[in-house]
Order: sequence, then C-alpha cells, then structure tokens
Amino acid sequence: MNVLAAADQPTLEDFGTDVWWIVLIKIVGVFAVLVLLTLFAIVFERKVVARMQQRIGPNRVGPRGYLQSLADGLKLAFKEDIMPALADKPVYFLAPVIATIPAFLAFSVIPLGPTVSIFGQQTPLQLTDAPIGVLVVLACSAMGVYGIVLGGWASGSTYPLLGSLRSAAQMVSYEIAMGLSIVAVFLYAGTMSTSEIVAAQADGSRLSLAGVEFTGPSWYAILLPVSFVIYVVAVVGETNRAPFDLPEAESELVGGFHTEYSSLKFALFFLAEYINMVTVSALAATLFLGGWRAPWPISLWDGANTGWWPLLWFFLKVVAALFVFIWLRGTLPRLRYDQFMRFGWKVLVPTALVWILAVATMRTVAREADLSTGEVALFVGVPIALLVLAGLLIASRASNRATRLAAREAAAGSIHPTEAEPEVLPPAGPRHRPARGGGPSRAEGGFPIPPMDLKVPPSPRLRSRETVAAGGVVGTGRRGAGATPEEDVDE
Amino acid sequence: MNDVVIGTGEAVVFWILGPLALAGALGMVLSRNAVHSALWLINTMLALGVFYVVQEAPFLGAVQIIVYTGAIMILFLFVLMLVGRDTSDSVVETLRGQRVAAILLGIGFAGLVGAGIARATRDLPVAGLDAVQGGDTSNIEAIAQLLFTRYLLAFEVTSALLITAAVGAMVLAHIEREPGTRRTQKELSRARFLTDRPQTLPGPGVHARANSVAAPALLPDGRPAEDSFATGIDPQEVDQMPRPTGRAQLGSPDAALGTLDPAPLDGGRQP
Repeated sequence: MNVLAAADQPTLEDFGTDVWWIVLIKIVGVFAVLVLLTLFAIVFERKVVARMQQRIGPNRVGPRGYLQSLADGLKLAFKEDIMPALADKPVYFLAPVIATIPAFLAFSVIPLGPTVSIFGQQTPLQLTDAPIGVLVVLACSAMGVYGIVLGGWASGSTYPLLGSLRSAAQMVSYEIAMGLSIVAVFLYAGTMSTSEIVAAQADGSRLSLAGVEFTGPSWYAILLPVSFVIYVVAVVGETNRAPFDLPEAESELVGGFHTEYSSLKFALFFLAEYINMVTVSALAATLFLGGWRAPWPISLWDGANTGWWPLLWFFLKVVAALFVFIWLRGTLPRLRYDQFMRFGWKVLVPTALVWILAVATMRTVAREADLSTGEVALFVGVPIALLVLAGLLIASRASNRATRLAAREAAAGSIHPTEAEPEVLPPAGPRHRPARGGGPSRAEGGFPIPPMDLKVPPSPRLRSRETVAAGGVVGTGRRGAGATPEEDVDE
Repeated sequence: MNDVVIGTGEAVVFWILGPLALAGALGMVLSRNAVHSALWLINTMLALGVFYVVQEAPFLGAVQIIVYTGAIMILFLFVLMLVGRDTSDSVVETLRGQRVAAILLGIGFAGLVGAGIARATRDLPVAGLDAVQGGDTSNIEAIAQLLFTRYLLAFEVTSALLITAAVGAMVLAHIEREPGTRRTQKELSRARFLTDRPQTLPGPGVHARANSVAAPALLPDGRPAEDSFATGIDPQEVDQMPRPTGRAQLGSPDAALGTLDPAPLDGGRQP
C-alpha cells in the first residue's frame, strides 16, 4: 500500500510540466467544480437548516427540490441592476469582481487527488502547486477582503459602510489567528506546499505502548488539535458565516455590505461567499484531515489511495466540513461585535502563540532526544493535554461556583431569587417610575424616548424634488403626457 | 558581463505588469479621492508581488501580497473610510508655485536615484538566485537560514521596535477606568433576573394602531399594558378598530368579498 501511495504521490517537481490542453482541462474542471459545489452548497444549506428547524425546505424545483439554487441563480441574473445615485461608480462596479476572482484563484493550489492518467498523460489532480502553496490561499483571502470593504464603501450608504468597516476589522483580526494556526502544520510537515503536506500525512508513525505495536494517527487534526480548533473558528470568522456574520448582520445592518447591490453584482458576492466556504473547507481537509487520502477503515483497502477514488474521499471531507458550517449557522446566535473582537484577540491569538511555542519545543525535544514525532506526542503531549484539560475544568467550576451554589439552594427552596434584593437594579415598570414634570429623559429602565422639542429638519430629498417641480417638466416615463409636475410632488 | 537570460514568459509578464505598476503609481499621486489613491497603490503593490514571484522569490511575493497589500492597506482603507467618503483633496494651492516645485523636485529626485542605481549595477556580475542560495535548498529554507543566523540581531531588533510601537499606541489609546465602576453584562443580567421582570418591556405599539411611543401596548383583552407606558409621557388612548362580534356585524363572507351586488341579507345562501 505504501509503495503504491508513494508512486502516486505528486511532488513539487511534477508541477509545471503539463501539456497546455491538460492545463486547460484542469482550469475548466476547477471552475466547474467550484460552481457546482456552490449550487450544491446553497441547496444543501437550505435543506439542512430546514430539517434542523422542523421544516421541509425547498422541494419544488427539480427532483426533491435539488435544482432550487439553479432557479435562484437564473432569477438573480434577470433582476434589475440598480446603481445607487450616491455610489462611487467604478469602485461599486469593481468590488464584486474583486471579491470573486481571488475566491476562484485560491482553489488552484488545492490537491484533489494523486497522479492519474488523463487521456494518456500522467498528471497530478491539482491545478498547480508552489513551495508557498498555502500562502497563496492566504494571499487570495487577503485580497477577497477588498471586495467586501470596497463594496460597502462605494455604495454611498450608511449600513453598507458600517458593514464594510466591521468586515475590515474582522477579517484582518481573524486572518492573524488563521495564519498562526497553520504555522504548527508547517512545522510538522516541514513544507508549505499543499501536495507535500498531504504526503506528510500519509503514514502515522509506528508506536509501541506497553509492548503493543500500533500505527499512530497521521492526520494533523489529531496530532495538532489546538491548531485545528483555532483554524475552524478563525475560518468561520474569515468567511463571514454565522455566528460571525457581523458584516451582513441582517437584524442590525439590513444586509450589511451588500445592502445596495442587486442582480448579477449581488450574485457575484453570493458566489464569492460560498466559494470561500468551499475553499476553506478544502484547505481544512488538506491541512488537517489527510487531504485526498482515505480515512482509516477505508485506507486498509489497498486501492483506496490510487486512481480516481481519492476524489470521492476528498469531496466527502469537503461536504462534511460544509455541513459543519451549516450546522453552526442553524445552532448559534450571532455574537455581539465587541465580544467577537475580544474573542479573536484575547483568546484565539494568544492561544495560537502559546501553542506554536509548545509545538516548537516538542519538535526540538524530539530531535535532541532522538524520538519520533508520534512518541513525543504520546509520551509528552497526551499527559500535558490531560493536565491542561483538568486545569481548565477546575478553573471553570471555580468561576461558576457562586452561580452553582445559588442554583442548588434555589432548587432546594432555601432562597427565593424572585424577591428583589435592595442593591440590584430598581425594578422597571410604571408603578416604580412615576411620570415626572419637566420633560422626559432617558429614564431608568424605560425605553429611550426622543426629546419633546425635537424639530425634524427638512428632508434633503424633499427639497430636491421641490426644485425639480419648480423647474418644470418631470419625465418619469410612466405618466401620461397630461401629468403635471405638481401631481408628482403630491404623490 | 550582463549575460542575463530573460525567458519569454518573464518578458511578457514584465511588459504587461510594468506599465500597470507605473500607472498605479501615477494614479495614486494624481487621483483626488483618497480611497482611489489607496486602490491605485494596491494595484502597484500587487504588480510588485507578482514581479517577486516571477523572479523566483515566491516567499517574498506572498509576503508582499499578504502583509502589505492585504493587512496594511486594509488598515489604511479602514482609516480613510472612517474619515468619510466625500473628503476629496482641495485643489486650492495654499503655497504659490508649490505644484510646479514639487513636480520638478520629484523628477530630479527620481533621476538622481535612477542614475545612481543604474551606475552602481551596470557592471555587476549576475549570479542568479540558485547559485546564491545553493542548488537544492528552496527559497524559503534559504531565507529562514539567513534570517535566523546571520541577520538574527537585526530581525530581533526590528521586532522589538514594532512591539514597542504597538504597546505605545495601546498606551496612548488606553482609557483608565477604576476597576468595578462599570458593571459587566454578566452582573447586569444577574441583577435583572433577580427583579420581578427578567424579560424586556413590551414594545409600544404591539397590538396597537399607532407606533407612537405614547401609545401603550395592548393586552389580548384590549386593555393597555401598564408595563409598556413610556416614561414621562401620559399614555394616549388610540382609537381602536370596531371589534366585530357576530355574524350580523361581520356579514356573510360573500358579502365581504363583494361578489354579489346588492349583497343578499340571508347570508348569501342563494346562488
């Protein structure tokens, strides 16, 4: 099995030697895969979320409703394309394009399978690879931020601007955590090329524990669990998905950065979001879940990692990761913005830094003591991990002690939490807040109310319409010839 | 000496991206809107990143794109967007002749630097990246080795400088606050749950015909909900819809639809 795997495993030298039509086939293939996965992901998301909410979900278009996103895409393309009057036209036009192109580019370095034969040509199932493969994905996601930021800015409207400001801060912060989480993978694999990272996860190291010989796990998700968790959290923030979808928080910002967009421009944003989801899922599979290699029970079969079979394992992993995205969206409420930023900077980034330090230390210890990676992980990593977990458990119980005791006493009936204590908030309600003279204020416990002498300034839109009316003819195109300007104003 | 071999692909990339980079630089100087300037600069930086990659320094290219184009320019944009989108540069010259002087000085400076570099590198032997970093080590490994052996001190000093700057910025932006003066959300929430009303107040206008803050919410039986009275405003009774109670007031469904004219009084049973 290992000999076969080694023969199929592409190395960096295998790239850049393809015939031009093979390259063309691969480019078209990657494009088609991304578009099809987007269509699938949209309908999959709607169906899964519907099932989680005890609904049926789309079931009209096509067999069992699986062509719904195709119909939606057609509908989106035929909608009216609106250019807001205050928009910065070139930037408004460019922003969706800037968001989409890097999303497609990033997938070019994802390995989909081993070396296969396409029309007699031996070629790896990967568009290209470079010594800096993973950094290409990072660079593309860094460029994709511009689409969102510029789209919100160029709309010339308040909510999109707020959304794009949020997205700028959010994506820069979470990109740091994402980059740091990948560093440990680089340290273990000794390379930044995606195909070689997959190769490094091919075989687990031989371990012997209490006389029993066995093969240790080879996936970095198991060897580097902290990195994996940080990566997963960071990419959810990076792709603006719930519970981190603050740039397009529909309950706060209407639609966020894409409020003013419609038709194909909006479709491009939509496409970019889903392609980004697919890309980070594929990167998670590549970096942490063994890439296109078959998972454990299947990998016992010799032919599992040869030929075209790995495509199946790879896409199964991607779909599983997509399901996690959807699961999160169906389960978690959106975070508040300050909590979200605090979590990124005060939890994720320091944890990632400490983790890199620990991994580097363990690598050095392994080299000095002449141990294999698996042995170090088993004899050093597992005890330390257990210690840390126990410490965290004790700390969380200690911090919740007061609440736990109060809850137990309340359950036993010895305290009555409904009887208000004197030093807490004054109870709200009209009985406790008599109406005072002298005008209302932002009162205790009540709703904020506007000042009574508030004068609403004349709307600038009204003024412009009046000047138009004074100027004479208004051509709306929908009125009869007899319509006077006054009628327009009155409406 | 200058027997540099430039491949066709490299030449094509250069002649496409070189003008683009130059156009980006000019556009950055010439555009009036600050955000447009930033975009032109991003264009130039991206072109430079691709140049690095083409010249077999992929790590440098990736870092150029991720760090400079991705992170630093995003922060620039962040600040520019906070400033506002209608702040175009003023075209009024406050110093007379400033523009002409700036153009002359700029061209002179560019000429000096360009001539200096051209003279300094004219007869320089070209070794190539492979020969410098050794044939079988990759670009990344060569950079790492140099960075952590020969240039370790410079690297550490630079990082210390950057950390100092970051800490300084944080200190300047920090607001001193007495610990415990501000109740955390947890404390507020706990206090709220100890009152007799843990949930939010009913919104004014729920089940009501007005969305004024003075209009109280209505309970299901039509009484105003006391809890929703706004602070400091006398609650106003809003005229309610007449509440139909029986068949006589409601009329027949057919009559309500207006299908028969005049509506029969017997409930519309006759066809």
